[in-house]
Amino acid sequence: MTAPAVPAPSPSSTGELSRIPGLKTRRNAELGLLGFAMLLVATFGWTVEANQFDHVTSTFWVPAVLLSILFLGLHVVVRLTAPYADPVLIPAVALINGIGVAFLRRLDIARAIANKDPIPGIFAGTGGRQLAWTLASLILAAVLLLVVRDHKAVSRYAYTLGLVGIVLVMIPAVLPGSLSEVNGAKLWIKFGSFSIQPGEFAKLALVSFFAYYLVRKREVLSLASHRFLGLDFPRGRDLGPVVTVWLLSLLVLVFEKDLGTALMYFGLFVVTLYVATERSSWLIIGLLLFFGGVYVAYLLGKAVGGPFANFYDRASIWLDPFAPQYIDKEGYQLVQGLFGLGTGGLFGSGPGAGLPGSIPEVRTDFIFAGLGEEIGLFGLSALLVTYLLIVERGLRAALAVRDSFGKLVAGGLAFTLGLQVFVILGGITGLIPLTGQTTPFLSAGGSSLMANWLLVAMLLRISNAARGPAAGGGPERPGPKKAPTQLHGAMTEVIKP
Amino acid sequence: MPEFVLTVARFGFLILLWIFVFTVVGVIRRDLFAGARSKSIVASPRGVGGAILQGRPAKAKRGKAARQLVVTAGQLAGTRITLGEAPITIGRAEDSTLVITDDFASARHARLVPRDGQWFVEDLGSTNGTYLDRGKVSGPTPVPLGVPIRIGRTSLELRP
Repeated sequence: MTAPAVPAPSPSSTGELSRIPGLKTRRNAELGLLGFAMLLVATFGWTVEANQFDHVTSTFWVPAVLLSILFLGLHVVVRLTAPYADPVLIPAVALINGIGVAFLRRLDIARAIANKDPIPGIFAGTGGRQLAWTLASLILAAVLLLVVRDHKAVSRYAYTLGLVGIVLVMIPAVLPGSLSEVNGAKLWIKFGSFSIQPGEFAKLALVSFFAYYLVRKREVLSLASHRFLGLDFPRGRDLGPVVTVWLLSLLVLVFEKDLGTALMYFGLFVVTLYVATERSSWLIIGLLLFFGGVYVAYLLGKAVGGPFANFYDRASIWLDPFAPQYIDKEGYQLVQGLFGLGTGGLFGSGPGAGLPGSIPEVRTDFIFAGLGEEIGLFGLSALLVTYLLIVERGLRAALAVRDSFGKLVAGGLAFTLGLQVFVILGGITGLIPLTGQTTPFLSAGGSSLMANWLLVAMLLRISNAARGPAAGGGPERPGPKKAPTQLHGAMTEVIKP
Repeated sequence: MPEFVLTVARFGFLILLWIFVFTVVGVIRRDLFAGARSKSIVASPRGVGGAILQGRPAKAKRGKAARQLVVTAGQLAGTRITLGEAPITIGRAEDSTLVITDDFASARHARLVPRDGQWFVEDLGSTNGTYLDRGKVSGPTPVPLGVPIRIGRTSLELRP
């Protein structure tokens, strides 16, 4: 047998993204699921109009089709730049985003009917604005996919990103309340009627920084340890960074008056640390520090008030939202949300048939309660499982990717998303004190939507590296134009002049 | 709108929602098992016979192309790399294809190179050496399927 029986086409001849036969990209599955998700959004829109108007207008499908075009654009970008990316991420996120847009439009319609106003157009009101934000977010996500061709390149800018992240977190804290305070939480930068929430973007920057820092320090943090009570505890001096971040998040709690954000940053750091070192002692130390800190803040708020008073109030409302001093004042929104969820019951009243207008903040923080009234526990749990699947795909990418920086970034981002859903849903359902987090992809608000789509784009990029063939970074091939490889073991920091 | 249609729409939406969730799970499931039952599209490479180590490569399965590199032991155990046409570098350096954090591995430890469908392992002057099964690798050595390559505490295998 002399014939070289390897019919595989030579990849160097087919351009930069040659497909390896037998290795599935599963982009068609993504397209199919995307179509299915948009069908669901259209069904939601149809049912809303049927319930609200008694007849269905001839334009009920327009938002769904517009969204389909937007997501199709991102799908094409993914086909071109990240062909092996996870096929499930975009459709799952698109479903939640689409239901968010449709539900916000439903709220606009209900308000217009109540005020005897004409029915708002598709591009008017919160729903229309959310549609525009979706367009902006998808453009950002596509740009990220086009610019960042290899997630490892991000690690070069890790310290810059860390600084940017801390600055973004700190801006609202130092701004005067009139420019940064909404409903008691100082998380915003307001320019007139327009406001952004810099903390949403800070998450992404901080995850990259933590990942880079921990890749470099993991050996020290995981090897040098004392054994105590069957757990490996780190040396005192190695606790420095975790204590710093803990203090930072407590400062956030005190000055920005937001438990959710503080919990996000701290949880993010502790979990990245745990992923990097595989030491469960970090989780225990982290939880003890956090609960200790929060309890002390609660006691201080009771005794001293001042900057801690807000947190004390929120914790008291959480302990008994139906208490007579809260039910019609500070606890009103939580109680209305609980009533909404209770009214929805198992199957809900049907899209468009509930009364979400009676829940305050139903467009942002309480969107899940409003939605829960209409689609019931049955529908809410489907949405929750969708979130769970998104997080699972992120963690799967973290497991499968081959470099430790990518592992930590993907793990951290997926965990952040999960934690954010937990914090806001825990708050709405009364499991933890309510804090004003947005529900990712669902709530009205551009900052959150853009930041979370960037997060998804990063996960797509990493999952592409994890599932694709092991090429040395895509277009790079041994050839004359290849950049010189680094030949020493240490990571190289590129210092830009 | 008649009550009946509204009820159908209400429950129809919920049922469609769950069908979507299960379709997504189905895609993920197919994805999980995609590597396991990869049908041989690439014809089995012959050639490079004979040049196998003197160890016990007899148990190595022959006649199938290597599709995956699987880490069987060490910190990265369970990691799978789908093989393409590009060489795979192994070491502690961050730009390696497989970055192993192993105290006994060098920054640039070893390299796997495909040639006519057969993968060759090559030591890149590592401190502690690369072993194919029991034998130390000195020059480019063909790697049969299922025979462990040992680097420090890490073991790797080619799988179809």
